[in-house]
Amino acid sequence: MSDAAIAPRRWKKPPFIKRAWLRWTLALGAALYLAVAFGTTDVNWARVWDGLPRGQQFISAFFPPDFVSRWEEIVDGIYESLWMTVTSTVVGIAISIPVGLGAAKNLAPAPVYYFCRGILAVSRSFQEIILAIFFVKLFGFGPFAGFVTLSFATIGFYGKLLAEDIEDMDPSQAEAVRATGAGWFQWLNYGVQPQVMPRMIGLGLYRLDINFRESAVVGIVGGGGIGATLNTAFDRYEFDSAAAILLIIIAIVMAVEYTSGYVRKWVQ
Amino acid sequence: MLKLAGLTKRYPTGDLALKGIDLEVPDGQVMALIGPSGAGKSTLIRCVNRLVEPTSGTVFLNETELTALNQGQLRRARRRMGMIFQEYALVERLSVMENVLSGRLGYVSFWRSWFRKYAQSDIDEAFRLLERVGLDHMVDKRADELSGGQRQRVGICRALIQNPELLLVDEPTASLDPKTSRQIMRLIVELCKERGLAAIVNIHDVMLAQMFAQRIVGLQLGEIVYDGPPDGLTPEVLTSIYGEEDWEATIGKVEDEDEGAAEDSGDDDDDHHTPELDRDRLAGLT
Repeated sequence: MSDAAIAPRRWKKPPFIKRAWLRWTLALGAALYLAVAFGTTDVNWARVWDGLPRGQQFISAFFPPDFVSRWEEIVDGIYESLWMTVTSTVVGIAISIPVGLGAAKNLAPAPVYYFCRGILAVSRSFQEIILAIFFVKLFGFGPFAGFVTLSFATIGFYGKLLAEDIEDMDPSQAEAVRATGAGWFQWLNYGVQPQVMPRMIGLGLYRLDINFRESAVVGIVGGGGIGATLNTAFDRYEFDSAAAILLIIIAIVMAVEYTSGYVRKWVQ
Repeated sequence: MLKLAGLTKRYPTGDLALKGIDLEVPDGQVMALIGPSGAGKSTLIRCVNRLVEPTSGTVFLNETELTALNQGQLRRARRRMGMIFQEYALVERLSVMENVLSGRLGYVSFWRSWFRKYAQSDIDEAFRLLERVGLDHMVDKRADELSGGQRQRVGICRALIQNPELLLVDEPTASLDPKTSRQIMRLIVELCKERGLAAIVNIHDVMLAQMFAQRIVGLQLGEIVYDGPPDGLTPEVLTSIYGEEDWEATIGKVEDEDEGAAEDSGDDDDDHHTPELDRDRLAGLT
């Protein structure tokens, strides 16, 4: 006891990786890799310098944005994109609900769980562009390919988050509903749904937002929508029209953003 | 009458939670189940309605062998067993009324419950029960807006609207203050008396158990070590249940039915609803 008073016992937060040699090897390895990676990045500064005035020209070609000369194409593109966004979000979420339920470990038996997790993994492993290229080859150019792409991508996103939200729910509330003798669907409706609903509404709106932005990208590889209009504008060197399209996209994304923030606050 | 015979539960982790429990609870008896944490109290009552599947042994509720039922039969049997939970286990985002009516889920079809179209008789009964516990003015409040004592009363209504033959009560007072704990226990005991219900009450608080239960069963490491009247709980018995400790202060006088010191404490559970205070207090006392 008196010893402790003379020499206070030291305490330090234990390191995240316990083995010292492993800790140092990992740190050194990471530092070395970064050094080599930056060292071999080839930047031709002369070309960068030469490119500056060209870049300036390119940027200035965007001004002033021209909303007028391609207005009809722009409106068509926006309508197509909005159609794609809304339908793919609705269809994607509708499909992802059963998949997400099956992918929740506390709900589904093991075979169903692995099957549904498999679907989610496949859907999530490809970026929208790659899916869009694939579906454009499958269904031909046009918004239907874009719609299928976005629906498919929505399943992976929404299903995974739904499954994870269900796995995080409070089991005692669900247990109490089960104890009343409720059937499985009643149990879902009373014990599970109220717990996950607010977050899922928020995520649905977030996905709507993502799908609108992706609809512009998907169009560039042939999936229709505003992206197709944008791509055409670039191909024809009509940068002022392209600027108009970009501004409209920004405006719509911001509008969706504000509405979804408001709705999320309201459902909570 | 509830009858357990040789009830054993071994969890997948290998822990033997119940070691061949034999127990009979006649109709109308309120039985307190006491014992240290991990003694198997929660497991025992969950094995009765099979929220936890027993490993072996049988459970009879009157003539029904609960342990032999398939899923559909089990759901129908669960309707006859109301359960009251620790921490209330109300569905927090549902309203008080929806929580109470969820006790009818076993009786109504999926679509009726989905659209909240319950029979008028169910709704009448829900209002009657809420009135009985002094909460009929809060039907459309969300459950998470209520205080602890109010939530537990909603939990009691949810269990009773099932029209059960047996109440399974798991630590009803674990997160309540001393006064509310007594009100809740008194309410449970009175309702059991009114309806001639048998009840198993898991409870940590030995004094509360002595005050309100007709019979005490002490559980230790999955075995019954005491089964008898409340006044048979001597320091020796408590030591055999919980282990060595000074028990003299814990053993209450069984006749002590008035509120005592807890009455004067100002910490009523619904301070923020001052106008309803008297009514809420009545609910516990009448």
